[in-house]
Amino acid sequence: MAEDIRPQNENELQQLIASAYSAGTGLEIIGQGTKRGLGHRVKADLVIDLSNISGITLYEPEELVMSAYGGTPTSEINAALGAKGQMLAFEPWDPAQIYGTKQGKGTIGGLFMTGFAGPRRISAGAPRDHLLGVNAINGAGEMFKSGGRVVKNVSGFDIPKLMAGSFGTLAVASQLTFKVLPRPEAVRTILLKGLSVDEAGKAMRAVMASPHEASGAAHLPAALSCQSEIDEIATSNTSITILRVEGPRPSAEYRADAIGKMLNSFGHISQLRSEKSAMLWREIRDVQPLCSGDAKDLSKHIWRVSLAPTDGPRLANWVEKNTKADFYMDWSGGLVWISLDENIVQFAEKLRSIVSGFGGHATLVRANDDASGDASGDDRDLVGVFNPLGRAIDPLVKRVKQSFDPDGILNPGRMFGAEQI
Amino acid sequence: MKMPKPDGQIIDRRREIIDALARILPGEGLIVDEEELRAYECDGLMAYRQLPLVVALPETTEQISQILSYCHKAGVKIVPRGAGTGLSGGALPLADGITVGLGKLNRIIDVDFENRAVVAQPGVTNKAITDAVEAKGFYYAPDPSSKIACSIGGNVAENSGGMHCLKYGLTTNNLLGLEMVLMSGEIIRLGGKHLDAGGYDLMGIITGSEGLLGIITEVTVRILQKPEVQCAILVGFPSSTAGGDCVANIVAAGIIPSAMEMMDRMAISAMEQFVHSGYPLDVESILIVELDGPEVEVDYLLQKVEAIAASAGSTFFRASNSEQERQMFWQGRMSAFPSVGRISPDYLTMDGTIPRHRLPEVLGEMAEMSKKYDLRVANVFHAGDGNLHPLILYDANKQGELEKAEKFGFEILKLCVRVGGVLSGEHGIGVEKRDLMGEMFSEIDLDQQQRLKCAFDPTGLMNPGKVYPTPRRCAEMSWMHVKADKLPFPDIPRF
Repeated sequence: MAEDIRPQNENELQQLIASAYSAGTGLEIIGQGTKRGLGHRVKADLVIDLSNISGITLYEPEELVMSAYGGTPTSEINAALGAKGQMLAFEPWDPAQIYGTKQGKGTIGGLFMTGFAGPRRISAGAPRDHLLGVNAINGAGEMFKSGGRVVKNVSGFDIPKLMAGSFGTLAVASQLTFKVLPRPEAVRTILLKGLSVDEAGKAMRAVMASPHEASGAAHLPAALSCQSEIDEIATSNTSITILRVEGPRPSAEYRADAIGKMLNSFGHISQLRSEKSAMLWREIRDVQPLCSGDAKDLSKHIWRVSLAPTDGPRLANWVEKNTKADFYMDWSGGLVWISLDENIVQFAEKLRSIVSGFGGHATLVRANDDASGDASGDDRDLVGVFNPLGRAIDPLVKRVKQSFDPDGILNPGRMFGAEQI
Repeated sequence: MKMPKPDGQIIDRRREIIDALARILPGEGLIVDEEELRAYECDGLMAYRQLPLVVALPETTEQISQILSYCHKAGVKIVPRGAGTGLSGGALPLADGITVGLGKLNRIIDVDFENRAVVAQPGVTNKAITDAVEAKGFYYAPDPSSKIACSIGGNVAENSGGMHCLKYGLTTNNLLGLEMVLMSGEIIRLGGKHLDAGGYDLMGIITGSEGLLGIITEVTVRILQKPEVQCAILVGFPSSTAGGDCVANIVAAGIIPSAMEMMDRMAISAMEQFVHSGYPLDVESILIVELDGPEVEVDYLLQKVEAIAASAGSTFFRASNSEQERQMFWQGRMSAFPSVGRISPDYLTMDGTIPRHRLPEVLGEMAEMSKKYDLRVANVFHAGDGNLHPLILYDANKQGELEKAEKFGFEILKLCVRVGGVLSGEHGIGVEKRDLMGEMFSEIDLDQQQRLKCAFDPTGLMNPGKVYPTPRRCAEMSWMHVKADKLPFPDIPRF
């Protein structure tokens, strides 16, 4: 195991990286390590744990902005925002169920650097859309800043966007400034039962093409709806399709009714309220349908596939007909989660070829890797976590990496394994 | 403001360069006559002019790739140009560079209602995208004031915003995919109709990069269904502080209106003389708050906004009762620039963003500066997101007045940075604010950005002289590798 160091402040962190640069030491950068299973296993000599560089440094609710050190627990951020009736609008996920780690953990730096959004991605965007500014240390040990604390800003390159989702392979974000938004006053969830994948796709797309600003659109096939902790869903014995609207109370009620009328021809419509509705969307967000019951076994690999909404049902149909995998759809069909426990190499090859035909991206979110930490024969390295870099883009991506981290000391291999990025 | 010295050798090779381009662009794709080149000598920042070496007007991505590939090898600089409406001089030509105009790439390639996406060539205007989808009730949300003329490729290059970005986001939040040609001639494609593209967010860095990284040749954007009802509210205040308080209290109440625009007394009177929008003239500031959504929502929020406005001390409050009246309320604000153009022979448009609560202080200091420079200033303000557009009134025919106006503008932008804001909210740095970048960024910050440019454009031929005050050669910036005590080639003398 690599040695673990916890710098106490930004300056110590910078000095550590600067000396690692001159010594050529590979570094793994972690917050609380909750998402270490996402991305390739890092081959580093030293682990830098940012959890002591923590704390909210600025919060102005009426300006919709917050700044915090990278190691600040997400729970602390959520509590501060909640006290003022605000939230991180991209609906941050909790990876605990996928990786079998403790619930409610993780840091704000880890959240932005891994870049995943929840069901509200379709209306509120991803972490990258909310990250306004960073203070960061590049792979040569230089501290730089980019962006700012205001939303509208065209003053130099938007490096915060590039860093969101870069898995700490470009620079270490010591401080982040991000946009926050008011929590909706009311939430309504519209529930349809028994739709096929294709019908569900049509219903969800129809709602997204309406003026009702749905903030969630998901479909669980019968095989997975029975895993839900909400009785009403679990005992339905059929597929469920759910749509969420949010806003001022009269508006949420009006929109929910309007959507109900719109989808009349798809079958019986009901509504889920308050606690149950929140629970269900949390399940969708945290990939619980693929992580409970028989699927609880951490040995199954889990894929997250982003594609055009019309292609989601096409992929889902292929999965249903040709494999034994479980799957469900989010983002109105634009996101398909898949879990399977057999033959990862063959499946990966097939999946990637289908997805590249559609135009999209398949990420291996969980692999069946040996918990002992033996890197040889790692499934993630075997099939690659992200889509392989295309020929046209490969040299550019490598130059971008080098422009921040010339010797590749930051999280070596985390994104593209063998490519050392 | 000084541009890098033109390379005489390139200018001497003009004939040869024209011949090479003519082989790539048969027909009418080249502009070489001085008379015709005049049309390209500046963009929306008209204070700076320069004739380009030559203008190329390609019609395909392939031609652009060939042009760039040739220039890459021949060492010729490139300036990309969309509709030329940019306000910071990002498309200012170079005497030794080819201006590549994208106006002929003006086709909408695909309208996909099911996936709510439009694929367009870069020369398509912002408004033409909405026009193409309007029949089915859709629109493209970012709406810069120049939407009739500005191109979608230019919108990506400047990360354009508009009046409604408070709720609907900027260009970067509405962009799904891009095709771009790098200086080397390589064509790259990013994103598509899906949301998460995986890998580094290169699209995020290209958006707002002011034509420094490559030429955008195709854009995929997301479209939205129009809201059922839109209502504009006109609110007048006895002071700008009261108006600012009202904006802060609306947001603190959890309301995100689709737009919040503020204007000061000078701007109001200019607009009201030009178009009659019914703005009250006995107030210090006006706020336009626009609410949208289903009627129940708009009615519900309207009551809340009215109460908040009253408690902030509003002296005038009127909500639009019809689409016609809503348009009328906006008419004045939309014609801010021509209105000011009628009360002054010339004006400079500034564009800084500030944390909203610093507005009264910034307006106060600006009034002091106005006295000091003896130049009038009118303010329009995207109040929801803190983006300030002071319009400095001057007369270019008076000796030294332009220089004075520029100094005034620079002082305003420095003030924006000092209170925690930024140099540009949506117009970009270009050449206009280039020399102010040091106010906001350290040398290390700027070097990091320029290194990133080198990753896209190692030869530095793509739109040089813009955004960064000290042009650096890429080789100059590569890190000196000092490995412990082992310096590579220790015997070579170093500077």
